[in-house]
Amino acid sequence: MTRQIILGAHFPGVNNTTVWSDPAAGSQIDFASFVHLARTAERGRFDFFFLAEGLRLREQRGRIHDLDVAGRPETFTVLAALAAVTEHLGLAGTLTATYNEPYEVARKLATLDHLSGGRAAWNVVTSPDAFTGANFRRGGYLDPALRYERAREFVAAARALWDSWPADPFDTSDFLRTPDAGRYAVRSTHFDIAGQFTVPRSPQHHPVVLQAGDSDGGRDLAASTADGIFSRHGEYDDAAAFAADLTSRLARYGRSRDELKILPGVSVVLADTDAEAQEKAHLIRRAQVSPQTAILLLEQVWNTDLSQYDPDGPLPAEDPDDTAPSIIQGRTRQRDDRVATARRWRDLAEARGLSIRDLIIEVTGRQAFVGTPDRVATEMIRYVEDRATDGFILVPHLTPTGLDEFVDTVVPLLQERGALRTEYEPGTLRDRLGLPPVPADRRGAA
Amino acid sequence: MSIHLSVALTDAGWHPAAWRHLPDRAAPFGPRYWVALAAEAERGTLDFVTIEDSPSLQSDRLDGPDGRTDRFRGRLDASLIAALVAPHTTRLGLVPTISGTHTEPFHVATATATLDHVSSGRAGWRPQVAPRRTDADHYGRRDVPELRADGLRDGTYAGHVTDLFTELGDVVEVVRRLWDSWQDDAVIRDVATGRYLDRDRLHYVDFTGRWFAVQGPSITPRPPQGQPPVVALAHATVPYRFAAEHADVVLVTPRDADHAAELVAQVRSVEPKRETPLAIHADALVFVGDDAAERRHRLDDADGAETSSDAAILSGTPEHLADTLADWYAAGIAGFRLRPAVLPHDLTGITRGLVPELRARGLFRRAYEADTLRGLLGLPRPANRYQRRTA
Ligand SMILES: Cc1cc2nc3c(=O)[nH]c(=O)nc-3n(C[C@H](O)[C@H](O)[C@H](O)COP(=O)(O)O)c2cc1C
Repeated sequence: MTRQIILGAHFPGVNNTTVWSDPAAGSQIDFASFVHLARTAERGRFDFFFLAEGLRLREQRGRIHDLDVAGRPETFTVLAALAAVTEHLGLAGTLTATYNEPYEVARKLATLDHLSGGRAAWNVVTSPDAFTGANFRRGGYLDPALRYERAREFVAAARALWDSWPADPFDTSDFLRTPDAGRYAVRSTHFDIAGQFTVPRSPQHHPVVLQAGDSDGGRDLAASTADGIFSRHGEYDDAAAFAADLTSRLARYGRSRDELKILPGVSVVLADTDAEAQEKAHLIRRAQVSPQTAILLLEQVWNTDLSQYDPDGPLPAEDPDDTAPSIIQGRTRQRDDRVATARRWRDLAEARGLSIRDLIIEVTGRQAFVGTPDRVATEMIRYVEDRATDGFILVPHLTPTGLDEFVDTVVPLLQERGALRTEYEPGTLRDRLGLPPVPADRRGAA
Repeated sequence: MSIHLSVALTDAGWHPAAWRHLPDRAAPFGPRYWVALAAEAERGTLDFVTIEDSPSLQSDRLDGPDGRTDRFRGRLDASLIAALVAPHTTRLGLVPTISGTHTEPFHVATATATLDHVSSGRAGWRPQVAPRRTDADHYGRRDVPELRADGLRDGTYAGHVTDLFTELGDVVEVVRRLWDSWQDDAVIRDVATGRYLDRDRLHYVDFTGRWFAVQGPSITPRPPQGQPPVVALAHATVPYRFAAEHADVVLVTPRDADHAAELVAQVRSVEPKRETPLAIHADALVFVGDDAAERRHRLDDADGAETSSDAAILSGTPEHLADTLADWYAAGIAGFRLRPAVLPHDLTGITRGLVPELRARGLFRRAYEADTLRGLLGLPRPANRYQRRTA
């Protein structure tokens, strides 16, 4: 039997992957956009809808970044509203363990799980920067070494809260069978909380937990406790190496490869011929990298004001200033070695005669799957059959129609080849992902 | 002239024995229950529903668990119930209770703004303090004294209570600033310059207070209503002041029409000069129907105690209740938040009994005349505090 592909639908993010200049680009905040993408995903029998999170508007050179799509809803609220307009689709939201408290996150996830009939999922991220902290009571800065410690304890605390109600709490004559329903106590380095949780055990008992960090700390958190990992490793060889790395980490925690679903974020470009698809992919890349965006992305490596440069001209001749503090804030990925990157880019541009904009198009985020529906379906199945991944989180470049074509053309092929359900199986998201059930009694578990 | 009518939804209803009428004890933990209640409220053209919440499990003790198994215990997050209900309704205002005591004002601002986006302008917010030690212990970040009844009487907690409401005032202030931190026209999509946003139309809120500092701007664009209505329940001078300074609607708890007039005067006496005066609504727990008195007795028997409430308890036929509401209305109460004793029974009593009676007297709308909650409440869409006024 063909392995089942897990599919997630990523709502277009607030970065330059999302093309707003296209006449077909719709609202980034109207609920109708969320409904369109979620219903498209459900029509395509996807496993889940996915929302990213960022709790501060990005800034560059001390000013609010104005070139990319910006503005997002509060994660839980929009997912709860989507629960009303979908029936089977999983509802996954990204939430940081840094600027939240386990009691609230556990309560909201358990609520979402009840209201959606067992479809809630949580992508745990860590956001250590003081820049984001300026919007929060907790504020300030969490030492990078501590953010995964907090995240690990945060997830453990949430699990303790989800375990706090018995499986069958209601009495036949009284309301409750026991006055202790919901009682919990968590004492760890970062948390000292106790009391009675208000939400009875939800359909999944534990909503599905994903993790997205890529460092050792992030990968270990995923290997030790998560049900899935959202990765950046979408190229085949890279994906396979990433899967091998996680398999060995899982073993260290006594877990098997099947207990962690590996899901890279990928973009897909489709056309009737492979050549047309390549052409279309290039046009999308040009739209993603406007002249202004090209300069801005270059500034992130050179770490200085390059606004006087011509995007259609050559790269700066001098090396970046590696000692100055970063000019960009509110973005999770930082390029580590600026000088080396700059030299690599300059060499490439010189060798191939690329302008600044051409170079940026060349070196930043290309689409993982480009071709005819048949080619894309075949490729996707190969990844999953080889266990390089367990599926994909599709990142469309257009809001809200960016997955329409995939659902209309690739999904039927995946279904024909037995790699994707044609109807939703009964059960919860956890069941559908093929995850082991949560033991009914986890008392004493970590 | 229409009175304003809303309903307070909570678990099985406001009578402690209400849960005995649930077809299934788990019903209030599932979606269908809430969708049906909201649909019923909308059928009655009510202004809004509130949804109760609290970080702690219900208890009959002032603070700490009561160990009782014969009462409804447990609840879902109210703001998510409101979000779920939004796509199932089209006109009804949705006002979840959200605590401002231990929560992050930034998350409260984006959650309420998002509720307003998903409901196309029907969100409100009932801010509430979480005063108990049991509330604080879920967060583990603050030491709070255990509240005791004798301490409430002798004023031991006066400072604690004043602090809670002052902090809640700061929270509402920050949330209101964050709602305004994006001007309505901040998204420009200007292909020529490559700019999606006009950054001059985004604003830092730069709030620094005793309890927290928030820089902003929000991550969520300005909600459709600009400022979703803030509704505050208040029983004493400190919360009246809080409401008068920060809320759009205050819910007071008069015993009768004379008391209602007194409370209206009290609230007005602490009300600062405002662009739109504070709307004063009254809370009351209601048993509606021909058999209201009888049902109340039966419920009290089942519970083993007489019904008690911080608000007036009204039981009677729709005509009788309409008389009372009309009296209070004449005393200066502009609207009512009714707390149904049993759900859905007394909600249906309101929508299918009381509402037609009020309509017959020309006191209540026959159809929705606005599609936002502010519109229903007669509040204009406010200008943005950060928008430079051009002369
Ligand atoms: C594919 C992917 C998606 C991510 N999405 C988010 C997000 O939506 N919000 C966020 O705050 N962080 C996000 N992150 C950031 C990580 O969770 C993490 O905080 C960051 O990568 C730094 O941790 P690391 O050093 O372990 O990678 C994402 C990371 C990856 C790899």
